[in-house]
Amino acid sequence: MNSHETIIEPVIEVENLVTHYGNTRILNNVNMQVNSGEIMVIMGGSGSGKSTLLRYLLGLHVPTSGSIRLLGHDITELNAKEMHELRKSMGVSFQGGALFNSMTVGENVCLPLREHTRLDENTMQIMSRMKLSVVNLGGFENLMPSQLSGGMIKRAALARAVIMDPKLLFFDEPSAGLDPVAAAELDDLILRIRKALNTTIVVVTHDLDSTFRIADRITVLDRGNILMIGTVDEVRHSDNERIQSLLNREARHVEIDADEYLRELTGQKSKPL
Amino acid sequence: MLRSFTEKLGQTTIRGIEELGYAFALFFESMYWMLLGYRRQQTVKLPPVFAQMMHIGIQALPIVTILSFTIGMMLAIQGIATLRTFGAESQVVLGIALSVTREFSPLIIGILVAGRSGSALAARIGTMQIAQEIDALRVIGISPVRYLVAPAMLAMLIMLPTLTFFADLVGLLGGGVYSAFDLGMSLQAYADRTIEVLKVSDITQGLWKSLVFAVIITLVSFVNGFSVTAGAEGVGKATTRSVVLSITYIVIADMVFTYFLTH
Repeated sequence: MNSHETIIEPVIEVENLVTHYGNTRILNNVNMQVNSGEIMVIMGGSGSGKSTLLRYLLGLHVPTSGSIRLLGHDITELNAKEMHELRKSMGVSFQGGALFNSMTVGENVCLPLREHTRLDENTMQIMSRMKLSVVNLGGFENLMPSQLSGGMIKRAALARAVIMDPKLLFFDEPSAGLDPVAAAELDDLILRIRKALNTTIVVVTHDLDSTFRIADRITVLDRGNILMIGTVDEVRHSDNERIQSLLNREARHVEIDADEYLRELTGQKSKPL
Repeated sequence: MLRSFTEKLGQTTIRGIEELGYAFALFFESMYWMLLGYRRQQTVKLPPVFAQMMHIGIQALPIVTILSFTIGMMLAIQGIATLRTFGAESQVVLGIALSVTREFSPLIIGILVAGRSGSALAARIGTMQIAQEIDALRVIGISPVRYLVAPAMLAMLIMLPTLTFFADLVGLLGGGVYSAFDLGMSLQAYADRTIEVLKVSDITQGLWKSLVFAVIITLVSFVNGFSVTAGAEGVGKATTRSVVLSITYIVIADMVFTYFLTH
């Protein structure tokens, strides 16, 4: 799957990333690399920390320790101005689209251009129409987000994410809340965009079908730890029990500690982890 | 029992201090964007400021007119009735003039704007927060403070004093109309007497207060809006909380202000 690539160099490097939410440790020494032009899918069940990992990759939070290098810059050490500059080469498509409800679809798509460039109004309009037609939403620029369906909102959000032709593109649960056809369409779009722009793409999802359709490599997260990083085939044929249960949609076995259970029932506080 | 009470008290105190610190940070950051945003070529855009000014100020004019006119009349009714016991009802003009400009106009405008626009701001920001629109702004590289807080702050700082001044005029008119009716004095005489007793400092005192209220309403609304985490119910709670807290802080700030300005 990686055969069409000529340069293999990591554009995302995460080293020893540890993060906390309050006193709870969420990510536990995460190490991963994503190569240029690659589609990396971060997969895991609910509570595995995959969405958290994405938020840290986006620079929305400051980690407890470890480093995150995007395009060669350690974002844990960048100042606001440098981060602002770096954000021009990043695009993000959020789970619910996160289109601004007070603006039309076209204004939403134009917003990054308006903030980062000094193009004239006409050029911006033309560019946003172009990107909207790439995601099959040509002619919808004057509608408000509330007038669009779920799939259309996600595609419009994708148009906004790629308006600056970013080098890095992030997706949070692209198929969540979509019917299988709309989800497959979005997968095709992701593949087309990679082909057209040679963008490096990171997708966080728990959708297996979608994962196997688009991924070059897969990172499997479980309770804040990386279980494995490998190609689609490697993950499929892994003999790791947890990975197999994730792939076969088996319920998790919760091991019950009798004392702990008793404490829970009687409402006493359990020992801090 | 006692332990859970002290624990709760401690948690509330910590939350209060955290929010206060956050509010200060928001204040200074929005001032930074207003004054120095152009240096980083990220200015505070004017269209959202005007949109906020429309909502905070212009659209509030009808209700402001009704409220301040009524308050002016209420003060006249109360003042004349009280002063009549001393046979000094002609002094009512002084009472109305001072209490409207120094106290009632800024306070009523503060409470009204907190209820109308503060709640709307908190609800809007809370909704944006749960729809990840705030995150989207940040990853696009737009500071939410510059894009959302600064325009609202600027609009509040312009519109609250403006509304307060307008409320001064309407309130004085309301008092005048009732005084003319009850005491048989002409509106002209009432106006002359008002201008005679009012000092510029009485009006500016009210305007200064309204500036402080503007900052309070904006910060309380945004601190609560940004802190929404749990869905639609969270938005509702944040909205209620921001209105209640804004009004509480406004009344307390008013008292403190009045103490220092009268000493």
